[in-house]
Amino acid sequence: MNILKRFVQPGHTIRRAAMLCGLLVPAAVFAQDPIKIAFIDPQSGTFAATGESGYLVLDFAADYFFNDKEGVLGGRKFEIIALDNKGSAADSQLQLRRAISEGIQIVFSGNGSAVASALSTAIERHNRRNPDQQVLFINYAAVDPVLTGADCNFWHFRFDAHSDMKMEAMTDHIAKDPNITKVYIIGQDYSFGTAVGDAAISMLAAKRPDIEIVGNELHPIGQVKDFTPYITKIVSSGANAVITGNWGADMVSLGRGIIDAGLDVPIYTFYAAYDGITATLGEEGKNRIRLVHNDHANPITSEVRRDFTKAYKAAHPNKDVTQPRLVNALMMLAAAMEKSGSTQPYDIALAMEDMRITTMSGEEIWMRGDDHQIFQDLNISVHTDENIEFDSDNSGFGLYTEFVVPMAETITQNNSCQMVRPKQ
Amino acid sequence: MMEVLIFATLNGLVTGLLLFMLASGLTLIFSMMGVLNFAHASFYMLGAYFAYSISLYTGFWPALIFAPILVGALGALVERYGLRRVHKSGHVAELVFTFGLAFLIEEAVQFFWGRATKSYRSPDILDFPLFTLFGQNFPAYKAFMIFISIGIFIGLYFVLTRTRIGIIIQAAITHPNTVANLGHNVPLIFMGAFGVGSGLAGLAGVIAGPVLTTFPGMATVLGSIVFVIVVIGGLGSLAGALVASLLIGLLQSYAIASNVGMPDLLNLLGVSFERDHPLNDIWRLTLPQIAPIMPFLLLVIVLIFRPSGLFGKRES
Amino acid sequence: MRKAIIWILFAIVLIVLPLIFDSILSISIFNQMCIAIVFALSYNMLLGQGGMLSFGHAVYFGLGGFMAVHALMKIEYEEMYFSVTFIPLIGGVFGLLAAAFIGSFSTHKAGTVFAMISLGVGELIAASSLILVSFFGGEAGVSGDRTYGPTFFGYDFAQDIQVYYFAAAWMFVATFFMYLFTRTPAGRMANAVRDNAERAEFIGYSARRVRFISFMMAGFFAGIAGGLFAMNYEILTEENLNAATSGRVLLMAYIGGLGFFIGPIVGAVVLTLINSLLSNYTDLWLLYLGIMFLLTVMFLPRGLTGFLMMHTVPWQLGKLRTLAIPYTLTAIPSAVFLLSILAMLEMGHSMDSDFSFFGVALNPASYGSWIGLIIISSAAFFALRLTLPRLRSAWAEANTLPAVVSETVTTEGQQ
Repeated sequence: MNILKRFVQPGHTIRRAAMLCGLLVPAAVFAQDPIKIAFIDPQSGTFAATGESGYLVLDFAADYFFNDKEGVLGGRKFEIIALDNKGSAADSQLQLRRAISEGIQIVFSGNGSAVASALSTAIERHNRRNPDQQVLFINYAAVDPVLTGADCNFWHFRFDAHSDMKMEAMTDHIAKDPNITKVYIIGQDYSFGTAVGDAAISMLAAKRPDIEIVGNELHPIGQVKDFTPYITKIVSSGANAVITGNWGADMVSLGRGIIDAGLDVPIYTFYAAYDGITATLGEEGKNRIRLVHNDHANPITSEVRRDFTKAYKAAHPNKDVTQPRLVNALMMLAAAMEKSGSTQPYDIALAMEDMRITTMSGEEIWMRGDDHQIFQDLNISVHTDENIEFDSDNSGFGLYTEFVVPMAETITQNNSCQMVRPKQ
Repeated sequence: MMEVLIFATLNGLVTGLLLFMLASGLTLIFSMMGVLNFAHASFYMLGAYFAYSISLYTGFWPALIFAPILVGALGALVERYGLRRVHKSGHVAELVFTFGLAFLIEEAVQFFWGRATKSYRSPDILDFPLFTLFGQNFPAYKAFMIFISIGIFIGLYFVLTRTRIGIIIQAAITHPNTVANLGHNVPLIFMGAFGVGSGLAGLAGVIAGPVLTTFPGMATVLGSIVFVIVVIGGLGSLAGALVASLLIGLLQSYAIASNVGMPDLLNLLGVSFERDHPLNDIWRLTLPQIAPIMPFLLLVIVLIFRPSGLFGKRES
Repeated sequence: MRKAIIWILFAIVLIVLPLIFDSILSISIFNQMCIAIVFALSYNMLLGQGGMLSFGHAVYFGLGGFMAVHALMKIEYEEMYFSVTFIPLIGGVFGLLAAAFIGSFSTHKAGTVFAMISLGVGELIAASSLILVSFFGGEAGVSGDRTYGPTFFGYDFAQDIQVYYFAAAWMFVATFFMYLFTRTPAGRMANAVRDNAERAEFIGYSARRVRFISFMMAGFFAGIAGGLFAMNYEILTEENLNAATSGRVLLMAYIGGLGFFIGPIVGAVVLTLINSLLSNYTDLWLLYLGIMFLLTVMFLPRGLTGFLMMHTVPWQLGKLRTLAIPYTLTAIPSAVFLLSILAMLEMGHSMDSDFSFFGVALNPASYGSWIGLIIISSAAFFALRLTLPRLRSAWAEANTLPAVVSETVTTEGQQ
């Protein structure tokens, strides 16, 4: 066993609620029953690592902040049920139906804008067609602006900054650096990659007209074996900064490729951390990789956050607090339940509109009522091993906050959302 | 522009030769046993993961020796206890078996090593730029990859054409019954060939892992490309595999390096379309965008016009 | 006559099923099954009946589905006016057209050449679907709403149960026609060409033409399945036409049993259940699926249906009962063996100190649990081997004909 354990990197099991009778008996709801939350994200397949990390954080936070303390609404507990959508839009709908037949009325999901958009549409339709079984959708990670833009709906709440907001923060940081004169943009060939490229070009043109965009490249998602040909183009373009929206293996390969080619320029990313990425980038990525996100990983900004992270690392030594916005979402959800005194999605949704809470990192976040978009501080962090209290992947390297865009400055106009509030 | 061309050629060479290491084993297996092994790229992935785990204890160099041997042994076991059993149900069953095996190996890798990317690194001794051209490094490790791949090709070619065992193998490809009648143990030769082929794939994994990242999807990314090479090169032809590997490696590399696309073509023709044209996506296509699907395009075209492949002597 | 009874029974089961299992989840699983059955049967027209191994069958499913969603959108925006009940037909016609185009060059040869072309075409179309955003919608896919347009006798398909009866009806009709196809000369010739293309050519049939017809029919029914998918999920994405979907349909047909008409139906039902239920109990379900698939290929080359059909001879001889005891004797150690292996896999995966397996508390961190399981599994394995000779002889005995009857007993339903 020890050989197995040492040799093999241990995975983590996900304790699933026994749903044996789910096929036959619709669950009856009692006042003291736990409040069930369905966590619909990949738990198997290519993208499982992210879904697994997310579930562990959410489940731990539910215990740490609520279930082990006084709970919500006078002692009720949260129960998080992981439902595997295998990263697929169709399977997400199946899992949504499973959640509904279990009587679950709150759904968390986030990995992949395609999945989130499918779920958002499906939930809106379901609520319209079945007003007695409504469902609330908490989107904690899908960043396509359209979800709180033209495709917004009353039941969808986003707890991550959308890609244009993140790009604003990123370009703010780039604009401050006089050394950057030529920027190369490379991304995966799909809506997010395209959106990152378009936003970067228009925002840089507004903030620093002197910056030249020396390349805007799209590569097929998950298909590229070897990034060296792309890197050759980056090098020969003379770029002194790279922007990429890549994630997963595409991020690792691109990052390693740039490093191996000896190109010493800052790389601005969205997702270059955790789940093995930090460890793989390692020493060579130091002070080169920058990441825009809403977490204060280092330095820690509050004691609550420090204690939470310590407790989490004690429970899951090989995992990191990858997405603290999951905790923000859970806290706001609980606050909305307390405020409305109800667990019904309609009441919670109304209560969450324009709600402001203070997160465990000690910052204020605001859920805008018009489009259900969260606003919070946005940070640019750097991949380094200096002043790192909590590293990622136990590699000694972690994210250190370099630059903060305060919440008030991240607020942008949104005229594209025509929210229809259903009558109850 | 010059530096782009030079580096594109070098990159194409590295990728092409790496693909050849995979394709050589696959084509060897195919020509002997008539099995298109879907799990071949999975053995490549196993090579990388075994090497990663071994290198945690002993460093890179022992891993370079032992991981391919382990993978080869595993391949031989698969042939002995899996494929041989399925063989009597026909070729479709064999294909489907390797298809399932590929699926299973991917899951098993996730079970043992987890889903996150592994930080499997090239050895420190090769961690320096071999030369710097126009401000870009060419890592020594890549030269090492080229060196190993060429060594494998020469070695294989020598074994197959100049040694007794190679002659028996060649004979077993075309006339297995005659070889058996001459007293050679054909099943043993098959097992050996499968083992060596898998071992070669494992070796490719060992040396490619640090460069192309070691993660559970690495087999899928390469899997179908290797197939394409073997089919384009001509099933069962070692030389064909080499030519097709280099062709695809260079083709992709040049396509990515280029900056041309439909917009240029349209400009040349003096045609233009509105942005809301229904086929707007096609008018905006660029060559780098479609580079990774070009092998499949090539595959379909070759199969339609020359089903036996470029160097193939027979069809299936 | 007996066949008519089977079809009527089939229809009754389809009608009654959602009345017994009426939760939202079970209805949506049944919907999935209907889609999977049509898709798997259409695949079997290629592989089982026509001998063409395809690695890109999802192309026709997906293209049909995408077209169906576009039709749904046209209905929603009132550019077309007809009941959504006919949406699967649109999918089918488009699948047929796509198959006619691709089949025109890919069906020249069967065997490896065909398989490789299908792989190449599949990869090409899947990759282009991400590039051609206006039709395929990129990675977000395209979605429509099935509740618009004229209602069908008052049904607007807002509820899943209505979609179920709609999908079941389409599935029943499609299954019936696919069955009829196997009885037509074209279907018979497909079998002949599969078994020996040369001889089929000698008696005056163009093997290529026969393959082309089967290929188009398979494309048509795959398109219908795609249309049903569009109606059920109201969304289609790249994953519906990529290699994973193509692989899954191969798995369904193969596990179910290629040589039998109902084989793919069995495979579709079993795999849908595994896909939608097993994943809730364990993270390792894909691993188990892979193991199960390999075991099926190795030990049950004719699939689950083939395994059941093996018993028709003993049954007709009235000797099925003699197998009961040897089966039980083998089943007990095999079950113990499998369970202990499962326990070890789950335990290795869990690393949780309070791990329990079917109510038995185990501790992955202690040697005791591991050694115990290893002893149990190896003991069960040896017990299993001990029971095998008895099973073999009982099987031989049950298949021995009493006297004259010999070769005339053939397995019904086999093609």
